[in-house]
Amino acid sequence: MIIESGHFLLILAFALSLYQAVVPLIGVFCCDRGAVASARPIAVLVFILVALSFFVLTYAYVISDFSVLNVVQNSHSEKPMLFKITGVWGNHEGSMMLWVLILTLFSALVAIFGKNLPVSLSTFVLVCQSFIACAFLAFILFTSNPFQRIVPPALQGRGLNPVLQDIGLALHPPLLYVGYVGFSVCFSFAIAVLLDKRVDSAFGHWIRPWALLSWVFLTAGIIVGSYWAYYELGWGGYWFWDPVENTALMPWLAGTALLHSAIVLERRSALKIWTVLLAIITFSLSLLGTFLVRSGILISMHSFVRDPQRGIVILCILAFFTGAALLLFAFRAPSIRNSRLFQPISREGALVFNNLFLMIAAATVLTGTLYPLLLETLTGEKISVGAPFFNLTFGSLMMPLLAAVPFGPLFAWKRGNITVAAERLWLAFAFALMVMAFVLYFREGKAILTSAGFGLAFWVIAGTLIGAVIRTGNFSTSLIIRWHRLRQLPSTFWGATFAHMGLSITLFGILAVTTFGEERIVNIAPGDTVRIAGKDIYFDRYEAYNGPNYRENRLYFSLLKGRCRIARVMASKRIFPSQSIQTTKTGLLWRGLSQYYIAPGDYTDNNRTIVHIWWKPWVLCIWLGGFFMMVGGIFSFGSRRLRIGIPARSRHKNT
Amino acid sequence: MRIFLHFIVLWVVYLGFIAVVSAVLPNELLPDQKLEMRARVISAQLRCLVCRNETIDDSNAFLARDLRLLVRERLQAGDSDRQVLDFIVARYGEYILLKPRFSGAKIILWLAPVFILMLEVAYIVFVIIKRKNLIPLTLKEKV
Repeated sequence: MIIESGHFLLILAFALSLYQAVVPLIGVFCCDRGAVASARPIAVLVFILVALSFFVLTYAYVISDFSVLNVVQNSHSEKPMLFKITGVWGNHEGSMMLWVLILTLFSALVAIFGKNLPVSLSTFVLVCQSFIACAFLAFILFTSNPFQRIVPPALQGRGLNPVLQDIGLALHPPLLYVGYVGFSVCFSFAIAVLLDKRVDSAFGHWIRPWALLSWVFLTAGIIVGSYWAYYELGWGGYWFWDPVENTALMPWLAGTALLHSAIVLERRSALKIWTVLLAIITFSLSLLGTFLVRSGILISMHSFVRDPQRGIVILCILAFFTGAALLLFAFRAPSIRNSRLFQPISREGALVFNNLFLMIAAATVLTGTLYPLLLETLTGEKISVGAPFFNLTFGSLMMPLLAAVPFGPLFAWKRGNITVAAERLWLAFAFALMVMAFVLYFREGKAILTSAGFGLAFWVIAGTLIGAVIRTGNFSTSLIIRWHRLRQLPSTFWGATFAHMGLSITLFGILAVTTFGEERIVNIAPGDTVRIAGKDIYFDRYEAYNGPNYRENRLYFSLLKGRCRIARVMASKRIFPSQSIQTTKTGLLWRGLSQYYIAPGDYTDNNRTIVHIWWKPWVLCIWLGGFFMMVGGIFSFGSRRLRIGIPARSRHKNT
Repeated sequence: MRIFLHFIVLWVVYLGFIAVVSAVLPNELLPDQKLEMRARVISAQLRCLVCRNETIDDSNAFLARDLRLLVRERLQAGDSDRQVLDFIVARYGEYILLKPRFSGAKIILWLAPVFILMLEVAYIVFVIIKRKNLIPLTLKEKV
């Protein structure tokens, strides 16, 4: 009965979304205040209904109700409680439920926080949101109903894929989806301003908090996913340029571009058309990602669903929303006028440069991901596009972008001076050259490109910090005064500083691992030592262990310094009897920001096991940089101008 | 139905590969460090044909193992990197290369970023020229 009520609540949410997609729209055109006013409470109500429905599904998982098909297919009574709950979105139906839950959450947030928006505009936003909600609720109800019962009920479930039985599943999909789906609000705002014919700097003002929120979550989702893949797959890699990863990267790149262009729109009332287009593109890329992952038409190491039929429905949804939005854009764009002018060398110019390269990078990832599919459909020729292609193209596109990062914040709005900026940055440049020379010396003249990369990373970080130093005074300013001024700098400045620093930290981590990393593949028994990166790793012993739904063979290692054990680590092979699948739990031995990464392989003979050991210097910088970017995003929230829907407060209140 | 079968085959393959994790085995490694380094660089560019989007270095399918050994065999026979790749492409087709070659229809793929860059730059130049024409007009109006 509870299950059916969950199903019913979902149907109710669908019906209300349909109402919300139509009635307030008519209300706006017929000036019916009541109809318009209904949009806001219904948005909240739909969210509550979907949340309850999601809760019911979770309940079915928690009590292991094996009369529900979805639970039978994806759960198991012996699973730990955490994985029973996270297993809700570890499958197609459940993850679509999470998608819609977050979508309706955002609609409700717009309804609650958007009270100060012009009425017609907020109505258009909510109508557009409910159109999207309708499409996906219909998709769930008609093609992937999670509340489907089976007769007779099963005795036991088939269990969740062991690779997914990890804390990563609790964090990665929700974070990523908040990021993905959050951009729907920017999309809806873009549609609303186009319909309402009010594309002005206020648009930048309205979408910035939503874009920031989504971007912070998307960044978090990507770094969590990357770290999860790093320790779960046991290959020592953190980014494989896999199609599923690319689909998360594309909205991130477009979203980053959107954040930057929204600043220009908000501050300078320029780039109007472009920002609207970016808002549309970003969410379209999110939808494309949903389609590619859910349909499984691309062969990926991360996707666990393959269902082309249902994929077609998502493709139709994608085509409808993107097509309709672009059509509307094409009709309305010529009427968008009065974008302010600026010199090419200016803050705006730098941000255009940023947008240019970010969008080319996104387009490159897009073509690289979809071209094999296209080529095979058109000519039958099968090709692969993988890491070597993306490293080359994406890498060379990022270089000019990163080189330009320190310049941007040093330019004035409207008209900047490149000589002044260059004079201020000479110290950073000298520092970068020194780093380059140092790396070249260390690598004995090999790897010129890598040392240039290191130089670039330090150029960005030094240039960004110099920006902060310049903002606080000149050579004679005392440290105390500098400290006070530093604290008074606007939070948006800190946002940019942290995010740009994060960029260089990530780059540094990637380069350090690829350049100075070491690897050993050995067949060892307890008592053996492996020498790696100047240290000895000692294989202590085996231990058998029984977990709640698995058995594992544990391998204990310790790091030796002389004859002392200075650190211990455990790695294991897990066997899940319910699915007869084996997984690897890698042993991660932290040394500051570096790691020893130990992945046990097969047991051979004479008590020996094949073990893959990596030395990963500064590897944690890769994710630490992402964390810095998130912190930057959170700082930018503190901006005083950034009050959702509230126009700038009048000054005389303070006096 | 065909798609369904396809799915099953892939799933079986997937289960097969997940059972073992260490990909490159100790006895495969070449004693010559330089040759081994080259072998790893080449392996990273080759796709395991029976897995889901993995390099032969990461995969532990039998095919991947055979390919790894083949690469090392050719290197020991004195082939250059390019010759090794050509040798493998001749037998397995270009699908095996994770970095498509600059030929035929793949030129479009390689040139796409450059093409988009040119398009964007052309658009920006167009906007700048249009604005240059606009500014004197507005000034005249003021006069």
